[in-house]
Amino acid sequence: MERKLLKMFKIAIRGLVPLFMLFVIFSASAQKEERIKENKKFNERCFACHKSSTYTYFNPEMDKKVRDKMCPDRVIYPDEYYQSNHYSFKCTDCHSEEYDSFPHPVYLRMEEKYACIDCHGYDEDYAQYQFEQIEEEFLGSIHSTKHSEDFNCWMCHDAHTYRIAARSVELIKEIIEYDNLICLSCHANIEKYNLIMEGTNANILTTHGWLPNQALHFKNVRCIECHTAVNNDILVAHLVQPKKDAVHNCVECHSANSHLMASLYKFRTIETRSNVGFMNGVILNESFVIGANRNVFLNKMSMGIFILSIMAILMHFILRLITKK
Amino acid sequence: MSTRLYLYPVAIRVWHMVNALMFLLLIVTGLSLQYSSKDLEIVGFNLAITLHNIGGITLTASYLIFIIGGIVSGNMKHYKIKYKGFWNRLYKQGRFYIYGIFKHEDTPFPTSENMKFNPLQQFSYVLALFIGLPIVILTGWAYLFPEIVILKIFNLSGLLVNDLVHITIGFILSIFMFIHIYLCTIGPSVKNTFKSMITGWHE
Repeated sequence: MERKLLKMFKIAIRGLVPLFMLFVIFSASAQKEERIKENKKFNERCFACHKSSTYTYFNPEMDKKVRDKMCPDRVIYPDEYYQSNHYSFKCTDCHSEEYDSFPHPVYLRMEEKYACIDCHGYDEDYAQYQFEQIEEEFLGSIHSTKHSEDFNCWMCHDAHTYRIAARSVELIKEIIEYDNLICLSCHANIEKYNLIMEGTNANILTTHGWLPNQALHFKNVRCIECHTAVNNDILVAHLVQPKKDAVHNCVECHSANSHLMASLYKFRTIETRSNVGFMNGVILNESFVIGANRNVFLNKMSMGIFILSIMAILMHFILRLITKK
Repeated sequence: MSTRLYLYPVAIRVWHMVNALMFLLLIVTGLSLQYSSKDLEIVGFNLAITLHNIGGITLTASYLIFIIGGIVSGNMKHYKIKYKGFWNRLYKQGRFYIYGIFKHEDTPFPTSENMKFNPLQQFSYVLALFIGLPIVILTGWAYLFPEIVILKIFNLSGLLVNDLVHITIGFILSIFMFIHIYLCTIGPSVKNTFKSMITGWHE
């Protein structure tokens, strides 16, 4: 009888454990969903003003509602925010809770912003992104060494809109456009450029005048392909080099051992076309690079035809010599 | 006794010389681009692009002059294939090259003012000049203006298809050139045909 009871207990336990685990996972997920929902509701109060170029508030001095202009840098579009990496947060997770009150206290404008490493560094959950190495690379980059602390993560990555493209976007061209726009947000925008540099920024079209088929290059590779040092451990290199160290040698990319495979196409090496004999075939899914996309079969075939032709010519010539009167 | 015929006027010789030089330039720079490597560069990539572009543009101009000049001067008649008995004539000339020449047979189609090329020459020149060359020129120009190339052809990059066509036809034309140069050594002496390319006189 005891044995029977023990057996039944074991069966019950075996059945219950997976059920319990499912329950834990489901409830954790449900809790997260619930938290996001609550945060979204909370954020509505902020977005009520910050989602558009104007906002309305009650002015007690004038005893009436006033419509005013919102500073463009303080406008955050909810659609963009909820598609960004930080979509699940409520505004006061990163900003002071004192923003709850309106008018916001003036000194809050001077609050120090978090850097990426403050939240993502030394955390198992983010280990795969190698934030520590990104931080190290950034600190060694020309952006950081030339501009010290004035240049921070936010210069390139707006926490309200930033989303990682390289892992989530399927089309390489979209990744290129997204990433290049980050560079252009300073290098082709004098207002933002002047936040850290005096004077005018160099015209990119002129400084890259030496590049053949300039427009094609700009559309098909990211700025960082030539302007950063490749790091095999991280997806997007952050060690931006001084311009004298940028890639100028065409064959760095236009060769069988293409630099692009270690940068832009690094995480796309699960090729679909490599089995039809193209070198660096993953590039062919969306682009084509002279010198890097040779077809192995065609190369061998052409070499064979060439050798046969030369042999036939030589044989013919030798026979002519032998049969000469 | 050998007969002397003035078959190659100055314009034809200049065109031929420009064509030959541009072909060589395009082959060397084309190979350099196709097999570009960090370890070994036949010609530096940037220089190879510039020279390849110059060679391609010059070849196009030379080709257009050849076509227009040929129509105006009547030189085009030498490339007009007479279909009646064509394959038979082609066989005879082919047989001569791979057999008769070693038996010291007379050439079946001696060069004359009316028939500058033998049937095999005529056939290969028509293929090279009126099919191969226009394709290689058009695909080459497509590379000068890559934005005009269709993005996708049967789900393949348009630039890739363009490249494959360009290098395949370019390769066939290169092989044609090797054989063409070799066949020029056939004649009363090895240097005879080359000499006639300079003097204009065929012996």
